[in-house]
Amino acid sequence: MSTIVNGAGKVVDFVDQRITASNWLKRNIRKVFPDHWSFLLGEIALFSFILILLSGVFLTFWFKPSMAHIAYEGAYVPMRGVGMSEAYASTLELSFEVRGGLLMRQVHHWGALVFLAAMSAHMLRIFFTGAFRKPREINWLIGVTLLVLGVAAGFTGYSLPDDLLSGTGLRIIEGGMLAIPIVGTYLSSFLFGGEYPGDDIVARLYPLHILLIPGLIIALVTAHLMILWYQKHTHWGGPGKTNHNVAGAPFFPIYVAKAGGFQFIVMGVIVLLAATIQINPVWLWGPYDPSVVSAGTQPDWYVGFLDGALRVMPPWEFYIFDRPITMSVLIPAVILPGLILTPLALYPWLEQKATGDTREHHVLDRPRNVPVRTGIGVAFIVFYILLWIAGGNDFFATILEIPVNWITWSIRIGIFALPPLAFWLTKRICLGLERRDRDKVMHGRETGIVMVSPDGEFSELHAPLSQADAYQLTWHERQLPSDPGPATDANGIPNPNYRAKRVQAKLSRFYFGDVVQKPTREEVEAAHHNGHHDAVEAGHRDEITSGQQ
Amino acid sequence: MSANNEHNSGHGESEEIARREPDEVAAVGDPIADPGLHHNDERLTDVDPKAGRRAERQVAGMFTLASLLMVGFIVAYVAIGIHPDDPENGVDIGNVQVSNLALGLTLGLALLLVGAGAVQWARSLMTSPEVVHERHELRSDDETRQATLDDWNTGVEETGFGRRKMIRNSLLGALALLPLPAVLLLRDMGPNTGGTPAERKEHTIWAEGVRILTDVTFMPIRAADLEVGSLVNAMPATFEELPEHGPERINERAKSPVMLVRMLPDEIHVAEGRENWHVDGILAYSKICTHVGCPISLYEQTTHHMLCPCHQSTFDLADNGKVIFGPATRSLPQLPIAVDDEGYLIAQSDFTEPVGPSYWERTR
Repeated sequence: MSTIVNGAGKVVDFVDQRITASNWLKRNIRKVFPDHWSFLLGEIALFSFILILLSGVFLTFWFKPSMAHIAYEGAYVPMRGVGMSEAYASTLELSFEVRGGLLMRQVHHWGALVFLAAMSAHMLRIFFTGAFRKPREINWLIGVTLLVLGVAAGFTGYSLPDDLLSGTGLRIIEGGMLAIPIVGTYLSSFLFGGEYPGDDIVARLYPLHILLIPGLIIALVTAHLMILWYQKHTHWGGPGKTNHNVAGAPFFPIYVAKAGGFQFIVMGVIVLLAATIQINPVWLWGPYDPSVVSAGTQPDWYVGFLDGALRVMPPWEFYIFDRPITMSVLIPAVILPGLILTPLALYPWLEQKATGDTREHHVLDRPRNVPVRTGIGVAFIVFYILLWIAGGNDFFATILEIPVNWITWSIRIGIFALPPLAFWLTKRICLGLERRDRDKVMHGRETGIVMVSPDGEFSELHAPLSQADAYQLTWHERQLPSDPGPATDANGIPNPNYRAKRVQAKLSRFYFGDVVQKPTREEVEAAHHNGHHDAVEAGHRDEITSGQQ
Repeated sequence: MSANNEHNSGHGESEEIARREPDEVAAVGDPIADPGLHHNDERLTDVDPKAGRRAERQVAGMFTLASLLMVGFIVAYVAIGIHPDDPENGVDIGNVQVSNLALGLTLGLALLLVGAGAVQWARSLMTSPEVVHERHELRSDDETRQATLDDWNTGVEETGFGRRKMIRNSLLGALALLPLPAVLLLRDMGPNTGGTPAERKEHTIWAEGVRILTDVTFMPIRAADLEVGSLVNAMPATFEELPEHGPERINERAKSPVMLVRMLPDEIHVAEGRENWHVDGILAYSKICTHVGCPISLYEQTTHHMLCPCHQSTFDLADNGKVIFGPATRSLPQLPIAVDDEGYLIAQSDFTEPVGPSYWERTR
């Protein structure tokens, strides 16, 4: 017996009678979603991925994943009679003989660039705001995996059209593979079906690109969102917003309308990019020929840092048992990705070890309030950008009109010197911002009005902050380095865990030792009584409205 | 909270329960008390019916414009042809680009307006207030955890997995072997004939007496026709005999290309044992970079430096192809050349070392 009878009610009634849907819906239809611009970055990634799937399906209707050699007879006259693979010929067909085909190709490629950019930005947002902390470590790991899968999806796609650029990219991958000790030549031989490039690779990358990798991405995105849904989204602190609640708009209708609308906006922007900015005009590059390369060859942006690492690495090869170990290729192509991904994936646990904090966190950190983490993040960004610049060293040499070797040498030095400098600088800036927040809370904001006292003393008038404004600057937790405790207890018996505790305390001092603490209540009161009779006094403002509707 | 209705643990609080009152005093150690969630400021559309109607017209206008743009998309699809009237003429790139622009602008703007309309609707007209839900610790209570653990242990006990060691060990053995058939199935991704992968890398189709042909036009090259300072990309004459279909041709394109350069004989620093590898200052080097295999292409005549455009490894062609900058660790392999009876350049032999990047089996 149902109380709802028509329209949407009928659907709910049907489903409810079969899988008890109302029970779940009742609890979730008004689920709270907090709002902040930075929460949209992950949505951009999701929505661009959906557009990539849709445009990708369209492309598969024409694309032929075959390296069979044919003489081109299609509509693009300059290529007629040229020998090429069916893959390249069908890419030309898509571009020139299918209406909207070029648009969908460009949508697909632009979508991939946006997808990876959005994932990267989303990950930085999660990092800098501490949203990876317990209980969200699983989603952090899923996110890191998704980023890797995204790069794999992008690179396999880049290799499919079998044009000059895609072939050159594969050649570099092959070179990297060969550097792997013992198994390198075999890996290459199995992947390419014999010698490089052979005529198998496109047919082998195709199922990875259209089935396996996107399948894994869909599965992991689903898990990512289910966990997000279950754990509830993090939110920023503020009046009424604590670690024990979540404030925002209800899922239905506000979030549905906003996120649903945003989906169309993201798609619209990518389609407009595809309409107006040409990307990868493969007919200009020509079919792949391993003996031809064009100067200024650039990979897609997300591979740029690896290419840059390959470029700036000094020549270094040594022999073990008369076998070459080519470090100049191994380090950038194999070791560097591992060196970046391992600490990235483990960061939530590393920080937990250092701070000893194993509590649940649902309120985000302002980056300034965790200066060391923010410094680490910025140092990594600088490291990444330097490698990225290295990936375009010939381009930068051209526009700066300096020898490319100078750029290479600057980056070789900068890669060691600049990230620590960036860490130090960022930390100082964060501490300065914290100090300013602290001053504001204690003395109010500067008004710019200068007063002259009867004695001729100049001073600036400070206006008190409202309670809400002051709370905005003080809701974060007070973070203190942990104390290892005494090495021996009261009876002089040594504490067996003391050494481990001392190490942990040292790490926690690294994280929190320099943090400029928010003032205590006593400090605020003392400051107010000293200076400003009209200052805010905590807990004594009746006119502040309470949080009820 | 119990294991079979875990959803209740995280969700479903009525909004009223979770309303936060302002704190009377600040939490211990905190300077400022939480003033509590404040009202959202009322929007203009909430208080001014005129503004409300205006917002409504805006939203509806965006949706309507989106519909018109989609009609525009259909018109563009039909009206802007890219297929040439006469297939002989081929496609006009200009038409393709106009079609791309028209289809993309109409579709992109239509999508953008649908999205913008929906967001504007939510922002200015939907009346949902800010909602607050309580969070709960995600950890199950001790009772539930113990019950789950007990259920698990009961199950384990019922299988006798711990006691029946023979079953356990034979099962683990079988499972451990399971990946082998799966991995072995991939064996034939690589070839079964022609030696090991490394052996295949050791030879190209260059051999004694093979003529050196210009790339692209495949013409034999007379030593006298090469001027000092020039560079010619070249292939072995044997390349032309390879079958047109199948991978051999493209594989040789990845291994056999050479560059011929001519310089004044006294500019060349000839290494021991290579004294007769050149013909009057004409040298032949592999075109495949020893770093990761890009074809090298940027030659600086005056310095005899050869730069790989991929990663800027730079080789000195006057000094046996030695690396002078960049990440490459090996000199460019040199092909020993000579002149045949008719005055054309030929190879003396195959390369004396493998071309391309380093690999494990490649000894010093």
